[in-house]
Amino acid sequence: MSGRLRWRKFVSGFMLAMTGVCALVTVSVLFFVLGDLVVHGGTSINWNFFTKLPAPVGETGGGMANAIVGSAKLLALASLIGVPIGFLGGVYLAEFSGSTVAFVVRYAADLLNGVPSIVIGIFAYALLVLPFKHFSTIAGSFALGLMMIPITLRSTEQFLNGVPRALREGSMALGASKWKTIQAVVIPAAYRGILTAILLAFARVAGETAPLLFTALGNRYWSHGWNEPTASLPVVIYTYALSPYEDWHRQAWAAGLVLLGLILIINIVARAILSRGISVPRA
Amino acid sequence: MNAAARESSSPAEMRMTISKLNFWYGSKQTLFDVNLGIAANKITALIGPSGCGKSTLLRTLNRMYETVRNARLEGEILLDGKNILAQDVTQLRRRIGMVFQRPNPFPKSIFENVAYGLRINGSTLPVAEAVEKSLRHAALWDEVKDQLHKSAYELSGGQQQRLCIARALAVEPEVLLLDEPCSALDPISTAKIEELLVQLKELCTIVTVTHNMQQAARVSDFTAFLLTGQLIEFSPTPHLFTTPGDPRTEAYITGRFG
Repeated sequence: MSGRLRWRKFVSGFMLAMTGVCALVTVSVLFFVLGDLVVHGGTSINWNFFTKLPAPVGETGGGMANAIVGSAKLLALASLIGVPIGFLGGVYLAEFSGSTVAFVVRYAADLLNGVPSIVIGIFAYALLVLPFKHFSTIAGSFALGLMMIPITLRSTEQFLNGVPRALREGSMALGASKWKTIQAVVIPAAYRGILTAILLAFARVAGETAPLLFTALGNRYWSHGWNEPTASLPVVIYTYALSPYEDWHRQAWAAGLVLLGLILIINIVARAILSRGISVPRA
Repeated sequence: MNAAARESSSPAEMRMTISKLNFWYGSKQTLFDVNLGIAANKITALIGPSGCGKSTLLRTLNRMYETVRNARLEGEILLDGKNILAQDVTQLRRRIGMVFQRPNPFPKSIFENVAYGLRINGSTLPVAEAVEKSLRHAALWDEVKDQLHKSAYELSGGQQQRLCIARALAVEPEVLLLDEPCSALDPISTAKIEELLVQLKELCTIVTVTHNMQQAARVSDFTAFLLTGQLIEFSPTPHLFTTPGDPRTEAYITGRFG
């Protein structure tokens, strides 16, 4: 074997090993976090955790039923705000807008995506908390929904643009209008990617704490309706983890585990639904 | 159009008439003063080297060029004596079907692919019957009748192209446009589609673009030869291939360029 060939083989092997190591590091960090959560949180999870209100300071036990329901309400309303706006905006951007409008909207969406979540929180605070003089689920959802818009919008646009032109032409050639083509062919061809992106946006805001501190605040008790301050898992984790009580630390771990579990379940369900449709094979 | 073509095509009824057609993409003119008659229930082939404007010409016939920005057309295209440029484009495309270079089935089942045109046009025909009829016309029924609800992408390339033909036939078009329908297919699938086209003459008028001269010679009744956006020669197919009237046509069909 000549020296040159040996060197090439060495470089090839070395680079292959490096990519493998990097992949391993990524995966092991994830599993480390997961394992830690399960070890610390798993022991504190019991039926009470899901059904009881938090116990007063000093008493052990109690649960986080109000925070679980609060997070679910916050995320549901946030999705109602963020997903339709982001999705329809993405459709407009991909299918209808001229290049100037598209540039401006795209740029604004990217900027909005880059705005720190705490700034979004302050914005929602100024708009929906100050004028009404109280914190609320609505304000929290507004902040989270706002954060979902740019991710949903940009990925909707990208996945729609990825639908082959041939499919659009096939539909138009049959006498379908542009809107009919988008609705019956283009969106169905792209919906898997779009839904995956929406899930990603959902999972991202599910763990947001900063915007909720200004808007939903927190609540030791049940939050009735949409107009009262509400507990949420991320904020509970934040306050409990910073507290001096050992019992609260354990509950914070458990809350983290529950939050992760909820997102995991939603992901699995969505993927199960997704796998049933017909997707466009890659060219 | 030369004298021989006019003579032999005059007894046939004209389905479409193209006169003084000029076409631009932006500032670039791609068709120059094209005049052409498309005979009813015949196959007209458009041949010529790459970039000669044959696909562009085909795409003017159902106004598909309108989906491209900065495209501009001047001239007149008549379908059954009426100017297509003055008609509602969705109605027009229902009457003039199109099959593309690469099979482009929708991400739906085989059945829904064929039914698509009926559904969007609010057709009152019984869908299942119409789907079967179209698949039979496209010579695909026997191969797919037991798997109508499977994904269209599970079919082979040739089957997918016949599915696209069935999809176009489902709305019972008067004219069927084909843009190099066999260029992505193997020889056996190509032969099947060629055979199919000849049978489909009874149902509709066919215009096909092809870069394959043998194919034009095998299936078409009339052939138009285009070069750099100009219609060089238009004659009955046997005439064009045996006694071409223009030296450029002769050079092309004998393989000296293109």
